[in-house]
Amino acid sequence: MNESETTLMEPGAMSSSALKGAEKEQNDMIKPSHARERRRRVFQRSAFGLFRIAAAVNGTALAIIIYFLVARGWRAINWTFLTQPPIDSMTKGGILPCIIGTLCLSMGAILVALPIGVASAIYLNEYARPGRVLRVIRLGINNLAGVPSIVFGLFGLALFVVLLGFGVSILSGALTLGAMTLPVIIGASEEALRAVPDTYREASLGLGATKWQTIYRVVLPAALPGILTGAILGIGRAAGETAPIMFTAAVFYSPSLPSSIFDEIMALPYHIYVLATAGTEIEATRHLQYGTALVLIVLVLGLNLVAIVYRARLRRRLG
Amino acid sequence: MKTTDLDFYYGDFPALEGVSLDFYINRVTALIGPSGCGKSTLLRCLNRMNDLIPYSRAEGKVLLDGQDIYDPNVDVVGLRRRIGMVFQKPNPFPKTVFENVAFGLRVNGISKKTYLANRVEESLNLAALWDEVSDRLDDSALGLSGGQQQRLCIARALAVEPEVLLMDEPCSALDPIATQKIEELIHQLKSSYTIIIVTHNMQQAARVSDITGFFYLGKLIEVDDTDTIFTRPKLQQTEDYITGRFG
Ligand SMILES: Nc1ncnc2c1ncn2[C@@H]1O[C@H](COP(=O)(O)OP(=O)(O)OP(=O)(O)O)[C@@H](O)[C@H]1O
Ligand SMILES: [Mg+2]
Repeated sequence: MNESETTLMEPGAMSSSALKGAEKEQNDMIKPSHARERRRRVFQRSAFGLFRIAAAVNGTALAIIIYFLVARGWRAINWTFLTQPPIDSMTKGGILPCIIGTLCLSMGAILVALPIGVASAIYLNEYARPGRVLRVIRLGINNLAGVPSIVFGLFGLALFVVLLGFGVSILSGALTLGAMTLPVIIGASEEALRAVPDTYREASLGLGATKWQTIYRVVLPAALPGILTGAILGIGRAAGETAPIMFTAAVFYSPSLPSSIFDEIMALPYHIYVLATAGTEIEATRHLQYGTALVLIVLVLGLNLVAIVYRARLRRRLG
Repeated sequence: MKTTDLDFYYGDFPALEGVSLDFYINRVTALIGPSGCGKSTLLRCLNRMNDLIPYSRAEGKVLLDGQDIYDPNVDVVGLRRRIGMVFQKPNPFPKTVFENVAFGLRVNGISKKTYLANRVEESLNLAALWDEVSDRLDDSALGLSGGQQQRLCIARALAVEPEVLLMDEPCSALDPIATQKIEELIHQLKSSYTIIIVTHNMQQAARVSDITGFFYLGKLIEVDDTDTIFTRPKLQQTEDYITGRFG
């Protein structure tokens, strides 16, 4: 139907009678007709139906994943599992070093990425003049977000581990994960800053505040909920990554907990990877693998929950 | 404060053309004219708020105490402290009522609690808001009604004791009682400020102002004593607008 219309509308072919025809069609469209009403209702219902299904797919996927993890991993979860290091070539015992490791790496990554990311976003959104340079920087950031995580792993290996001599350590891993999370945090922060109405900035400047005072006292507090949510979501993702820490921080097995940021460390995602591919008893440790995955996902979902609750609380306080 | 031959452009669009207008201390100047004629633009030129708009530019002079505020050496932050502004739409910060009013003082380095508290109460009283908010100083300002928010913005501007007060339709969101309070406030403030007010309400212009300027399509058409403008305007166009024959 669209095609026949476009042929009708070819340049020059629009005679006055064609115009009248179009006008008439318009009038018909405005007039209520039962068939058309019904068509619209049916269309609306099926569109809503489709959207509902799309939304349901998301929820179902999450539910299925969690169901599998719980079904296969719950037997592994007990007090020992959560509070002891692995023993007997990692076929028994717990995953405490991995939990500690992942927490350290996540915290480290956020300590690295949050200040740099927020500062970049402030520069991009509040200071930089729109133009070519800004567009190029944005393009760079967007591309950074699309870089595969293994590439970040190699980058971290080359820069932090080797060149800067941090070795395989919490520090190298946190820096690498931080670099990987940076685009997410910049994106979320920029969006949050953009959402702060200009009228706030004008009101502040109009009272004789400097630009920095305006940003620090008005814009940042208003953007904070969005920034922190973005940061925590980014970290949640980073916490589950294996590739970036494989060469930079994670170690196959370590009997003791780390004592400094220059120590190497065990981590949940890498532990799963090791048990499932390189362990001595791959089949016999299935329940441990699922148990570890369950702990990891609970940790990540917990982080997200914290983000959501925190945002809601901030919003209430500001709103 | 005065402007001479002020032009203002949004990109290529001339929003103000050749505006020369004097504003006197202890006088209220009203700016009237149909929507889109550049009244807000002029106000925003007076405290360089238009600096924020990219691709805009001002030509001509704006003098404050004989000094051109568009001179590159001028300290814009200090300038905006001296020229307070109340915006067309109420725009309180998402902070408490108290912090809204105290904001201008705080950014100017004042942090003494008792002084802040006194200034806040004084300003809220001036803006005829104290009685309504004295027991909710620590609540969010966004919970106030539109009219209360507008008076809060007035209090916020007054707290830093500017020399010039720019008011862009300060009463457009207010009920008649609050409007009357604001008009009384303007009368009262006149003795120590230069006040410039934009209004769409002819009665209000007639009531509160000493001088009225009529704008049309970015040009200052006529300016004179308010009495003269409202009783014997020189130009037909002005008379037509005031009497509501066009607008
Ligand atoms: N940020 C902007 N960018 C481009 N054009 C603008 C901008 N702000 C205002 N204008 C234009 O400048 C002209 C004057 O606008 P201004 O806001 O000064 O009018 P006004 O007299 O205050 O109108 P109103 O009574 O409706 O508030 C209008 O034509 C408007 O479209
Ligand atoms: Mg306006």
